[in-house]
Amino acid sequence: MNAISNKLLGGKQGAIGLALLAVLVFVVLPIGVDIFRLNLVGKYLTYAFVAVSLVLLWGNGGILSLGQGIFFGLGGYGMAMFLKLEASDPISTKIQTTPGIPDFMDWNQITSLPWFWEPFKSLPLTIIAILVIPALFAYIIGFAMFKRRVGGVYFAIITQAIALILSILIVGQQGYTGGVNGITDLRTMLGWDIRTDSAKYILYYVNGGLLFACILLSRYILSSKLGMLLLAMRDKEERVRFSGYDVSNFKIFIFCVSAMISAIGGAMFILQVGFMSPSLVGIVPSIEMVIFAAVGGRMSLIGAVYGTLLVNYGKTVFSETYPELWLFLMGGLFIAVVMFFPNGLAGVYEKYAKKFKFLRKFSEVTPSKATEIAKKNDATPANDIKEIGAKA
Amino acid sequence: MSTLNRRGFIKAGGALVGALLAAGLITTNAFAADFPTAKVMTTGLAVTDTTVKVGILHSATGTMAISETGSIQAEKLAIEQINASGGILGRKIEVIQEDGASDWPTFAEKAKKLLENDKVAAVMGCWTSASRKAALPVFEKDNGLLFYPTFYEGLEQSKNVFYTGQEATQQILAGLDWIAKEKKAKTFYLIGSDYIWPRTSMKIARKHIEQHLHGSVVGEEYIALGDTQFGSVINKIKLKKPDVIYAAVVGGSNVAWFKQLNAAGLNSTKQTMLTISVTEDEVLGIGGENLTGFYSAMKYFQSIDTPINKKFVAEFKKKWGDKSVIGDVTQAAYLGPWLYKAAVERAGSFDVDKVQAALPGYVLKDAPEGPVTVEKNHHLTTKLRIGQWQKDGQAKIVYTSAYIKPDPFPKGYQ
Repeated sequence: MNAISNKLLGGKQGAIGLALLAVLVFVVLPIGVDIFRLNLVGKYLTYAFVAVSLVLLWGNGGILSLGQGIFFGLGGYGMAMFLKLEASDPISTKIQTTPGIPDFMDWNQITSLPWFWEPFKSLPLTIIAILVIPALFAYIIGFAMFKRRVGGVYFAIITQAIALILSILIVGQQGYTGGVNGITDLRTMLGWDIRTDSAKYILYYVNGGLLFACILLSRYILSSKLGMLLLAMRDKEERVRFSGYDVSNFKIFIFCVSAMISAIGGAMFILQVGFMSPSLVGIVPSIEMVIFAAVGGRMSLIGAVYGTLLVNYGKTVFSETYPELWLFLMGGLFIAVVMFFPNGLAGVYEKYAKKFKFLRKFSEVTPSKATEIAKKNDATPANDIKEIGAKA
Repeated sequence: MSTLNRRGFIKAGGALVGALLAAGLITTNAFAADFPTAKVMTTGLAVTDTTVKVGILHSATGTMAISETGSIQAEKLAIEQINASGGILGRKIEVIQEDGASDWPTFAEKAKKLLENDKVAAVMGCWTSASRKAALPVFEKDNGLLFYPTFYEGLEQSKNVFYTGQEATQQILAGLDWIAKEKKAKTFYLIGSDYIWPRTSMKIARKHIEQHLHGSVVGEEYIALGDTQFGSVINKIKLKKPDVIYAAVVGGSNVAWFKQLNAAGLNSTKQTMLTISVTEDEVLGIGGENLTGFYSAMKYFQSIDTPINKKFVAEFKKKWGDKSVIGDVTQAAYLGPWLYKAAVERAGSFDVDKVQAALPGYVLKDAPEGPVTVEKNHHLTTKLRIGQWQKDGQAKIVYTSAYIKPDPFPKGYQ
């Protein structure tokens, strides 16, 4: 195995974990469930982008962002604006006072397309905007905070406040953003109907592919020198600073990367669900995403995906079976996870699954450095998660 | 087969009670047998020889639960009554309830689940405009059928939706006419929550006040959803001294709005107010004493004095408890299942296209609010009533309009 693939796959154990997840996502689920459920899984997997970004940022970087919904939302709104403009051609909007602009603008007495909507007429510009705007926004937030050495709880609170501000802004500016209704009734992308069953299959696989690309990218970052620095910063920031590293630059970088990954998830969400709403930007979804990562195990990229799938599966099953009680069941699930499995699913795997001999054989061949370090730090993450659990 | 067995059983001369029971079963079965499933349903819906699946999609949890619970209760009551009287084309309604959780993406997801997974023949559901807008593309794509109960802003007309509440012009114009005449009002202050329904409603109200009533709007304010600070608005109102406050404040903000008005001395003896967003459900939260004397414009009040309404109120209370109240939307939700039953039976089919075509023109005679007509634009022709709130949380109806035709795309008001 050469060095790069080793880094990407995270050694033999990592490769097996990835392969198992790939089999689940690309083979078992598409064969095992009908298209309606698969579309739901696809939606859950878009949340997994955010959970993966949180593993990078929070599990390994020690930076807890309670505002990842901001970036998910920015990516989502970017894609939604593109699709809405395509759906608002003058012919299908001819009953409006001003044909050719999105319907909600017409309802709000706006008579021409605002300037910031113009770039979203082009798909390449939209894709660039989806990646660059969240990264830029993260850079500004990160620069303002980390350069002043704002961190820990204060950073979490400020990101949460920004998520709230953004959702209020979107609701308030309904003429430009669709307000509380969001941007709805999205139909086609470059003339391709995204609502058909075949489109759903294609989008599901594209989504899965992008998710794996993001996991591999994160693996690559974590197994590089930068990854080691992140861990070091998480555990003893001062010591890293005294060693001559500019800690804030690394933090800003990882924050921007996590923002971009979240934004990709947001854009894929729109393509599969067909509309955007400010309720996906605010505090509640941002905290939910942290819960996904915590349930999966905040140190484990793959665990985060499983965590997201499990929590959302629980949400769907509980709410379909007990439409009036399901929130209590979800609450119970979170309390149980935080109390009994503070390291999430990945922690459970580490603790029990490895007792089986044949698994140990695989896992002990090349234990990656990160997991070694993670094991040593078992005690600290547990406490952190409990704090978060209490807040959420 | 089972029908034959039962016939044999009767011929054998069973006990009288048994015979009657069996006869009952035979008639329902025979009724369903007149409409074989293969004939009445050709599009893969969840219709069997004995049952038809219908979805209920409202928020049972989250901030909207307080408003939507009444709709769920009304729909369940109507379905229970329909089943007790033999069902639809001899088929009992089986309810599949889903929770929209006050979250608009969830409404879209659950609508998709009901239509694509459960293949329900119709859905009673949605409440806020945002939830309807989120679910609407799903209904249009899967060719589903939605009965939507809430009064709303109009500007919409989908072949997949029947709107059992009033659209904006039905609720606004007659109410403004009445208050302008009755109170000789010339100056109006408009206030609403900041989202699409109040904004559209106020747009229509302003045009009507300026162009038809020759009055003037002396202020127009929008409050963020859930906001509870009305101090500055109340000060402006005191300064402008409008003849009428015209209000569309929704949800939890209402409690603060009325309490702060009272605290500022603007009670109904000093200030006339007409709201289009307060029903019996909201009054329960605000407290009748904070509202006494103010007016609401709605198509239905619990206090309507007709035998049909009294029977409806009694049955509702019997099922859901003595303390429950029935607001405008709750009554509109109650119409949904009955309209659906009528439409299917007129069409002789559960197929959505045929049901859609069969309903316009139908008059539902025994609606609690009085007879309503389904128009070609899928809205109802209804009356408008003005109620004056009393201490006990009930409204005294002071005005009932003639029938008003629905006009979701009003010319001259856009």
